[in-house]
Amino acid sequence: MPRSIQGRLGAAAASGVYGGLALLLAALVGMFEQFAKRPILAPLAGRGEPVTLDLVLLLGGLLVIGYLVARRSAGPDSIAVAKPVPELAAGLAGAAAGLVLALYVLTASRIDLTGILINAKPFLVDFLSLGGGAGPAGLARPVLAGLLLALAGAGLALLPDRWRPGVNRGLMAVVLLGTLQSVLTRQVDWVTQSRRAGGLVAAVVDWVYANKGVAPRGVLAILALALALSVGVRPLRAGLERRFRRLPADQQVRSARLLRGLRVTLLLCLLMWLPLGLGTYPSDVMDTVGIYILMGLGLNIVVGFAGLLDLGYVAFYAIGAYTVAVLTSPASGIGLGFWAALPVALLVSIGFGIVLGIPVLKTHGDYLAIITLGFGEIIRILAISDALKPWLGGARGIQLIPAALRIPLRRFPLVGTMDPQLQQEMYYPILAAVGLALYLAWRLRGSRYGRAWMALREDEEVAEAMGINLVGTKLFAFATGATMAGLGGALFASKVQTIFPASFNLLISINILVLIIVGGMGSIPGVFVGALALVALPELLREFSDFRLLLYGVVLVIMMLNRPEGLWPTAIARRELSSKEAPSA
Amino acid sequence: MNILTIRGVTKRFGGLTAIDGLDLSIPASSIYSVIGPNGAGKTTLFNCMTGFYTPEEGEILFDPGSGPVDLVQLRPDEITRLGIARTYQNIRLFPELTAIENVMVGLHGRLKASIVGVLLNLPSVRREERWAVDEARRLLDFVGLAGKGDSLANNLPYGDQRRLEIARSLATDPRLLLLDEPTAGMNPNETESMIGFIRRLRDELGITILLIEHDMRLVMAISEHITVVDFGQQIAEGSPAEVQANPRVIEAYLGRGAAEELAERSQAARSASREG
Repeated sequence: MPRSIQGRLGAAAASGVYGGLALLLAALVGMFEQFAKRPILAPLAGRGEPVTLDLVLLLGGLLVIGYLVARRSAGPDSIAVAKPVPELAAGLAGAAAGLVLALYVLTASRIDLTGILINAKPFLVDFLSLGGGAGPAGLARPVLAGLLLALAGAGLALLPDRWRPGVNRGLMAVVLLGTLQSVLTRQVDWVTQSRRAGGLVAAVVDWVYANKGVAPRGVLAILALALALSVGVRPLRAGLERRFRRLPADQQVRSARLLRGLRVTLLLCLLMWLPLGLGTYPSDVMDTVGIYILMGLGLNIVVGFAGLLDLGYVAFYAIGAYTVAVLTSPASGIGLGFWAALPVALLVSIGFGIVLGIPVLKTHGDYLAIITLGFGEIIRILAISDALKPWLGGARGIQLIPAALRIPLRRFPLVGTMDPQLQQEMYYPILAAVGLALYLAWRLRGSRYGRAWMALREDEEVAEAMGINLVGTKLFAFATGATMAGLGGALFASKVQTIFPASFNLLISINILVLIIVGGMGSIPGVFVGALALVALPELLREFSDFRLLLYGVVLVIMMLNRPEGLWPTAIARRELSSKEAPSA
Repeated sequence: MNILTIRGVTKRFGGLTAIDGLDLSIPASSIYSVIGPNGAGKTTLFNCMTGFYTPEEGEILFDPGSGPVDLVQLRPDEITRLGIARTYQNIRLFPELTAIENVMVGLHGRLKASIVGVLLNLPSVRREERWAVDEARRLLDFVGLAGKGDSLANNLPYGDQRRLEIARSLATDPRLLLLDEPTAGMNPNETESMIGFIRRLRDELGITILLIEHDMRLVMAISEHITVVDFGQQIAEGSPAEVQANPRVIEAYLGRGAAEELAERSQAARSASREG
């Protein structure tokens, strides 16, 4: 069926054009210029300039275009759809993407676009033409690069299933490790300075990284390791599983329990050690991530379990923070300690959760979202208002909030002297709060209350017909969510010690919602994955934070299209997905 | 004894009177059918009985054996806890929950675990939760879904979804079960086994069954009493045989012309047989 193949090739070319436009968009928002400062790959034999993140993204983007198009064209031919040779389709797509870039080079080198597009600087022409400039070379190079890289991507896509995941992961690991070089080396330096141990880690890091970027030997080592892991681990694991199955049943249960206990203990020790081992800045990041996880767990109950789309979740965060601030700050003259103020903050949050819950009981979906959105804004505007200024401080906020926990200077026999900073101290109450919230979410989820929430999410009317009291169930969801956000707010106030109304804007609600969606709606581990991916990463890589919202948008669109169940879906969603895929394969 | 007595119930939607002064008495432990043409008000009647609509006039008295209660002012979940359960014409399961979770949602009102108990994971809560799983399994077995508890409700075949919906409503421990077209979309074989299944519900569990059904074969085969509704009013009542012979029923279903023709034809047949 030649016509259909032509159609397919047309579709491949169109995919290439879209990919090229995406790269161009990234260029025009200034992403590449920002990323040009971060080296990823060290030059061969130590001469020349390192390959920086901008080039990796551009070339990697072209590679990915080829990979995706080839994956789509590969696979068995069905009767209905004839498929072109994958390499052909991929090459065409890559060349098309390159052509888009070349057209930009052609335009921008003749017309000055900086008046309209602030980032359309001469740098971009040079960069997108891959150093070819405005001449014929500048047109030929992107197209050629697109073609070759897309072919390479197709080659990658057509690797046998046994090898492909390993190679993919290896390549991603190289880019990730390259990106994280500054963070990692700084960290290793800090560890080796403050402690005698860590020499081995430092040696490994020194070996993998060159001065700037991952050294060639490091690239090879990472690739080899990833391959070995993905190819070698599977039979190893299968063997272990077989041996485990052969054990008698009671021993299976016992050893499984032992293993789990061991794992939890190790994890806890690691979590307790982290802030002291990593230093103040990473602790600060972990504090932020912890507070987001806490709120994510709460919002996950409201949105993920009970299906009540709450866009004003930040309100409860603000209420928790302001209650603690007012009660503890010397400015207000009440002067309670943090731990005395905390229960009051939680009660106030619960109260507001119910107060918000009552008027929205009869509303669903979009209407509920709009009302809660309004509620969030009302709280923020109240905080900034002149009327409440004597208590809440207006735009200047509240200062001098005491810390929740002060660990005195200590000398430990093995570890050395310890003088933890505020960021490290706050980590522990936050960790405890996350643990508590995790326990609450986990217990409730498996109980009749959790089932009532999920029934509510699925079909409110039928849930009611099953004997579920809608009013109580909804208010309980709002109140639980509000408690966790209030707790997060209280800890936040104590951590930053000064709060402003500006810290409690709509964006916080959106961030938390996005991290739940990315992690997987209704999935508890998904909250952790989502928070790490969306809060920790941009926090560690500062140049990304300019594009945080753009990336959120892109991530959301990609997630909704390709992985609607999230990065770490609930077990049921995972199973449903696999059973949906099974018949079509 | 009547388990349900409806007196003069009227339900209006704006200018439309969906149910118009309807009376109905359902004897305990019977299989009772409400039939009528499309738009006659049958599903509206179900919604009034389960608390989703509040009728403007009349009373709905439910007597599970401990004295009559008027349902008109009660919420749906309160009515369910009193002992009325229902299924839906177009199956309404919780699609993203597993079969056993669907049934366990039905058990909600019978579980007593408090929030504090759940958070502390008390032994009584653990015991109750184990009972709930066992009970849900038992109900799945009873409706013929043994071993399918872990499938998503959405992924079950159509017939199984119907059965799961019944298992879920049985989980609320009903005395009266309202089935809204339980054989809609089923082939004759499936319908046959559904007839047997509905009988078992009554015979083995002692549940009173109230059916809304279009499939006349099913209605005539299974019902002990039938009420025919048209334009929100009762137009006939009695045993299947009585209802079948009622000219007003034929008129409602087939139109006035057909009813007259049928009457003429049967008269002609009678006179022919007399002459013969």
